[in-house]
Amino acid sequence: MERFEYASPATLKEATALLGSSWSDAQVLAGGTDLISLMKEYLVSPKRVVNIKSIGELGGISKTGAGVRIGATVTFDELSAHPLMRDYPSLVTAALGVASPQIRNMGTVGGDLCQRPRCWYYRGGYGLLAMKDGKSLVPDGENRYHAIFGGGPAYFVSPSSLGPALVALGAQVKLVSPSGSRTVGVDQFFVIPKSDTERETAIQSDEILTEILIPAARTKNATYEVRHKDALDWPLATASVALKMNGSKVGSARVVLGHVAPTPWPAAAAEKALAGKSIDEATAEEAAAIAVDGAQPLSQNGYKVQLAKVAVKRALLEAAGKA
Amino acid sequence: MHEHDLSKVGTRAKPAGEQVAGDPDKAFQEAEVTSEGEYGIPVITHCCLEPHGQVVQWNGDKVEYWPSTQNVTQVGNDLAKLIEVPANQIHTHMDYMGGGFGSKFPPDLWGAEAAQLSKMSGGRPVKLFLDRATELTIAGNRPSVFAKVKTGAKKDGTITVWQSQTWATGGYTGGNLNVSLFPYVFNKLENKRLNHTAVSINAGSARAWRAPNHPQLSFVTCSALEDLAAKLNMDALAFFLKNIEITTRPQVYKAQLEKAAEMIEWKKYAHLRSDTTKGPVKRGLGIGVNTWGGLGHDSQCRVTIHPDGSVDVDLCSQDLGTATRTMIAMVAAETFGLTINQVKVGIGDTQFPPSGGSGGSTTIGGVTVSTRKATVNALGKLFDLLSPVMGVPADGLEAVDGRIQQKGNPSKSMTWQQACAKMGTQSISEMGQNKQAEAVKEGLINQGTSGVQMADVSVDTDTGIVKMNRMVAVQDCGLVVNPKTAESQVFGACIMSCCAALMEERIMDQQTGRVLNPDMEFYKLAGISDIGEIIVHMDITPEHDARGIIGLGEPPAVGGVAAISNAVANAIGVRVPMVPLTPNRVLAALSQRRIG
Repeated sequence: MERFEYASPATLKEATALLGSSWSDAQVLAGGTDLISLMKEYLVSPKRVVNIKSIGELGGISKTGAGVRIGATVTFDELSAHPLMRDYPSLVTAALGVASPQIRNMGTVGGDLCQRPRCWYYRGGYGLLAMKDGKSLVPDGENRYHAIFGGGPAYFVSPSSLGPALVALGAQVKLVSPSGSRTVGVDQFFVIPKSDTERETAIQSDEILTEILIPAARTKNATYEVRHKDALDWPLATASVALKMNGSKVGSARVVLGHVAPTPWPAAAAEKALAGKSIDEATAEEAAAIAVDGAQPLSQNGYKVQLAKVAVKRALLEAAGKA
Repeated sequence: MHEHDLSKVGTRAKPAGEQVAGDPDKAFQEAEVTSEGEYGIPVITHCCLEPHGQVVQWNGDKVEYWPSTQNVTQVGNDLAKLIEVPANQIHTHMDYMGGGFGSKFPPDLWGAEAAQLSKMSGGRPVKLFLDRATELTIAGNRPSVFAKVKTGAKKDGTITVWQSQTWATGGYTGGNLNVSLFPYVFNKLENKRLNHTAVSINAGSARAWRAPNHPQLSFVTCSALEDLAAKLNMDALAFFLKNIEITTRPQVYKAQLEKAAEMIEWKKYAHLRSDTTKGPVKRGLGIGVNTWGGLGHDSQCRVTIHPDGSVDVDLCSQDLGTATRTMIAMVAAETFGLTINQVKVGIGDTQFPPSGGSGGSTTIGGVTVSTRKATVNALGKLFDLLSPVMGVPADGLEAVDGRIQQKGNPSKSMTWQQACAKMGTQSISEMGQNKQAEAVKEGLINQGTSGVQMADVSVDTDTGIVKMNRMVAVQDCGLVVNPKTAESQVFGACIMSCCAALMEERIMDQQTGRVLNPDMEFYKLAGISDIGEIIVHMDITPEHDARGIIGLGEPPAVGGVAAISNAVANAIGVRVPMVPLTPNRVLAALSQRRIG
């Protein structure tokens, strides 16, 4: 790890003032479960590390007129146990699926959205697009855990556990910089980089993700994660669904896949197909098949198409109380 | 970088030559049923929680050396050669270690480097341990094995012939395999043809990994035999029992298979290949077998009885986490009629008499014999001293319950402390030695163990995820010194088997030549919720007790992968040819079955 300056400001204003115009100037530290390993591996070497855990206004979960506000430094553990989360089982399931009790006690919801991909070529120093000699290492390499959607040149999968559920719930994030703040839909927060100089999220180096806002609308929602190991393992594929019900039928649906693309991956055609239907084995199965239509698996990850399909079906049945 | 496809390894292949027994061609012609299969088990690493490394301090002419080692007595001698100092100038210490599994015998270049750094710094202590990525890349691994096997049998289930082409790599050093052990345990089969090819690849080299060769041999054999049983439409247990006479210890394996079957409720849960119940989750049972040597290594022990009654038992062995200290203390305490906390055991220090390295399940036999002999010798000296005082011939005395007494006569006795006080100011110090051949003749130690593992798994055929429900292990190891620590060895071995069967795999990148998962994130190990219920039965019988003490470190780590692979095949109706049984491999096998 390179030497760095450590700052632990007490207010958001002080914190944003400590950030810089490039990622090498300063990076934000919350749980540290990702940043510290990135620094130890020399993948990032910021001149300054800005700890935001002492900033009171970035914590807490509260009800607002518009819905529920989750502070960026709320841990997975706090999130999963909070009474206001009872209406959001899709988030609770995703939070409880994260790694281990230790990570859930340290890792934060803001960090979950801002963490960097786990692609082993990226972590091995080949950059976000895994390039060597002008060519991505992924298509001809070991790609069992890589993307089945998106079509390149980015083949990593978004590591965010909460992202798919937040997109399905129509959540937004607030980003604050010294010059002001902006609110971005979580679906717009994640972006697919087209070159190695781009990043996979919309956040800028002088911004802090301060809170997540979930709209009040009531939905039946659920997340299903397929993990090889029961715990302490990244999912192979996940699906989060949120259903606005119209009596016993689906009014409108959101279906978002996780760990299958460089971003949480909305399955628009499946959403459309579910409208007006009641959820049962057959409709869930049909929607699941539509959700993975158009997948472009690589040489070793065709199995993830099946896993994503199963995740959609099981998440739908779970949300409908028919699991 | 890969050895999976033998046709593509070119000049990096070194065939070991063909071994033929009996008349395999004729046997195949006469076979009523034949079965063919391909099997693969990848390179895995030791993944010691404490990586390889040491602290070294160059102190004047002397070198103080604290390695993480399985080999306290000899590792300093090897370091001496690397750093060119006389071996007697190196003082090696090791109180505890965090896992070795066969990979921690030599001082390695990092030991020599640390010593040089200490010397260059004017004698400051240098701590140098491998980081996780280096540990998993260069600190040893267990070779892969790939196999094409053809077997033949009579309709009644009698195996008549075995033919195997195997290949393996352990990195740049190639990958040998003792194929004469095929078919493993069912080794008295008359007709066989065996070919093996060692393949070198540009990757870190192999080191001994808990029962070298055996887990791979067991996996290939038990998988191929279970496939043959399925072809015969025969219950796997009935098939194994049918062929029990060609095993190396028929009576023992028969009893162990029957015991394991009882424990896993074979009659209740067994079915022929493929669980035909409804729903995506299928359940199955599978069998794996093991065998090992485990003869105690050379060991010397020094026992000192002090006039105040305190006792030192010193030998330069090591405790790998298996409770070597406890075993030594138990044997010494039992000889002296004391409790174990009245005995002070010293190990892990080259000031003590030499004892062998802990490899090949040789420690328990070595240290218990040397301890027993040293304590018996010391007690004899104490009896000689007490005989005139107590008016009882030395051979008429015994040490029981903290007292020295006339045999069977507590009224003629004194306490241990009173007895030792008669020594005046002079301690009694005696040596004891394990000499293998002599100790076997005396019935103290032996070699050759057997064991059976059975696995009960559930497979989600929609996701390919395998869940362990239960694993049972029946294991003999001669005379069990301490049932609790013996069981603990078997529990640990079953967990390692779950890891290897379901998760562990070194993943190499063909394009960059790098290990892609030299971490504990994508080099997956089972967690507590992945291992199911493990039920251990130590096979303790008067016959096994009479054989003497035999090591237990390796054998229970052998059969588990085979048992799990067979259980999955039994559940889903098709062999998943390659372990670990990851969702992609299980789904691929299922889709082959659907196409087929």
